[in-house]
Amino acid sequence: MTIIDKTSNVPAPRSAPEGTPLLEVRDLHVEFHTRDGVAKAVNGVSYSVSAGETLAVLGESGSGKSVTAQAIMGILDMPPGKIPHGEILFQGTDLLKLPAEEFRKVRGSKIAMIFQDALSSLNPVHTVGAQLGEMFRVHRGMSKKDATAKAVELMDRVKIPAAKARVGDYPHQFSGGMRQRIMIAMAMALEPDLIIADEPTTALDVTVQAQVMDLLAELQREMNMGLILITHDLGVVADVADKIAVMYGGRIVETAPVHEIYSRPAHPYTRGLLDSIPRLDQKGQELYAIKGLPPNLLNIPSGCAFNPRCPKAQDICRTDVPVLHSVTEQDGTEMPGRGSACHFWKEQLHG
Amino acid sequence: MTDTQIAGAPSAGAVVSKGGRKKKKDREASLWSDAIDDLRRNPVFLIGAFLVLCLLVISAVPQWFTDGSPFDSTACVLQDSLKTPSAEHWFGYDIQGCDVYTRTVWAARNSVIVGIVTTTLVTVIGGALGLLAGWTGGIVDSILSRFTEIFFAIPLLLGGMLIMSALPGNAWTVSLVLAILGWPQIFRIMRSSVLQNKNNDYVVAARALGAGTLRITLRHILPNAIAPVIVVGAISLGVYISAEAALSYLGIGVQPPEISWGLMVSDASVRWLQAPHVLLFPAVALSITVLAFIMVGDAVRDALDPKLR
Repeated sequence: MTIIDKTSNVPAPRSAPEGTPLLEVRDLHVEFHTRDGVAKAVNGVSYSVSAGETLAVLGESGSGKSVTAQAIMGILDMPPGKIPHGEILFQGTDLLKLPAEEFRKVRGSKIAMIFQDALSSLNPVHTVGAQLGEMFRVHRGMSKKDATAKAVELMDRVKIPAAKARVGDYPHQFSGGMRQRIMIAMAMALEPDLIIADEPTTALDVTVQAQVMDLLAELQREMNMGLILITHDLGVVADVADKIAVMYGGRIVETAPVHEIYSRPAHPYTRGLLDSIPRLDQKGQELYAIKGLPPNLLNIPSGCAFNPRCPKAQDICRTDVPVLHSVTEQDGTEMPGRGSACHFWKEQLHG
Repeated sequence: MTDTQIAGAPSAGAVVSKGGRKKKKDREASLWSDAIDDLRRNPVFLIGAFLVLCLLVISAVPQWFTDGSPFDSTACVLQDSLKTPSAEHWFGYDIQGCDVYTRTVWAARNSVIVGIVTTTLVTVIGGALGLLAGWTGGIVDSILSRFTEIFFAIPLLLGGMLIMSALPGNAWTVSLVLAILGWPQIFRIMRSSVLQNKNNDYVVAARALGAGTLRITLRHILPNAIAPVIVVGAISLGVYISAEAALSYLGIGVQPPEISWGLMVSDASVRWLQAPHVLLFPAVALSITVLAFIMVGDAVRDALDPKLR
């Protein structure tokens, strides 16, 4: 069925029954061993994505959202990076236990990634046609001519005007938005089951951002792919995501279906993020910002990593690490998909 | 379709994307086609390239330029020793009574062989090892780098004298010796160039899209890292030619009956106050050759590295 299923030496390969998520990250830890000590970038992250679903991973710089993605893609630099424990189950197979060569075959064909800066992520000395075609030549063994034809097809698909004429152009000859479309085309080339988009619109201007996000969402629907959207832009998330995981200090602090989080956040950090969005009806007032700085990963505060910045921090927050509690309504009815890693989630949600 | 005319500025990306088809003529190009375009318009390159071309023709078919042969022992008559230039014999005669013009023309071949063979060997050896060291890093890099430093520590002429004393003196052995002593330079340049390029986003992106190590190295890193190697290679070609002349002058390079400008200068130096023309012609030929290659190398450097301008 898939490449992965053929690998016999993988420990406990399981065929993925219906309803099993496409990708499931379980208790992932990533550390970087540096001269100054061990930087704990990811500390027990778990999330899952199903086919056709969009998970938005939200967080500020250094929250571990990109590192988690790199671990899934297997492109962490190891050393200094290290994954002391955790599982990354993709279609039932633990990617971390795959032999390097098998993992390589998964990259690009089953899981693909879109990077933030398309200009630096495209090789300046090759034409875009050659780079798009490379996907087919590496993974499908196509001839140069067929690969170029496929490249044109792809460029059409991501709506690059005059694709046929531009297939021989170099990356620097395209505008930022067009370059990002080419990045998307490259990631989509082999119709992967999962796409990880690491801040795909951060480097673009606002009008182009919307176009690129629309394109991404459209292609995702067409191909029924799982999408992990890494971003720090709450505005981008609202339109395309199905569910959200908010990360802070290498942990997930809140998970929720997309619209609920805007109306009823269950973690003070999420609350702070939402409050810091400038609003038209508060014109003239001072903008809100979460005080303080993100934690130093070499020295994460004891207890809840957010406690030094949290307006509601109490003694327990400084001593006990909060687990990701399942969040319920006041009357105890479950709220599916919701979780909060705050000792005081009840007060935050209902208070 | 809107036919947007763009004025060569690469940053005009936003305009370009709407611009549709462009004529081949005014297309903005890659580093390489840009460089070729630059070179075509650079007089230094054109003069240098012309001289190099002449030199290549002369060394390939010297018999087109002279009737005589330096290997014909009956051609030299001692009576003619040190005769000055005349209409018949433009460059005059040397001590042995041989025609200097014939010898100068035929000697070009050895210089060109040494220059090209040495540069090729140095680029291939230094380039391959530098790529390996830079890409692999770690222990392989450490070992290769230390190994290179051993060679780096040997002065070119001193090492050349030492090794040549055990080898027959001809253009090929001289090339080999110069290559053995010259590759560390290219190694270092290649290694640092690869180190600079290997952490680029497009390398990570290629990895994320499933490219293997070999493909990443050869297709993504090498083309981006090779420009400085080509530049140094082109410039050092002239340097190797003069190194050959120096070794031959000292009597440890090309050996008679082979001919070389270095040897001719050496022979003439004994009596140069009496007969300066014997020394002058091979020396000038050598200078022009080295100059031509350095001009080409310089122009290539300017074209490939616009930052230096």
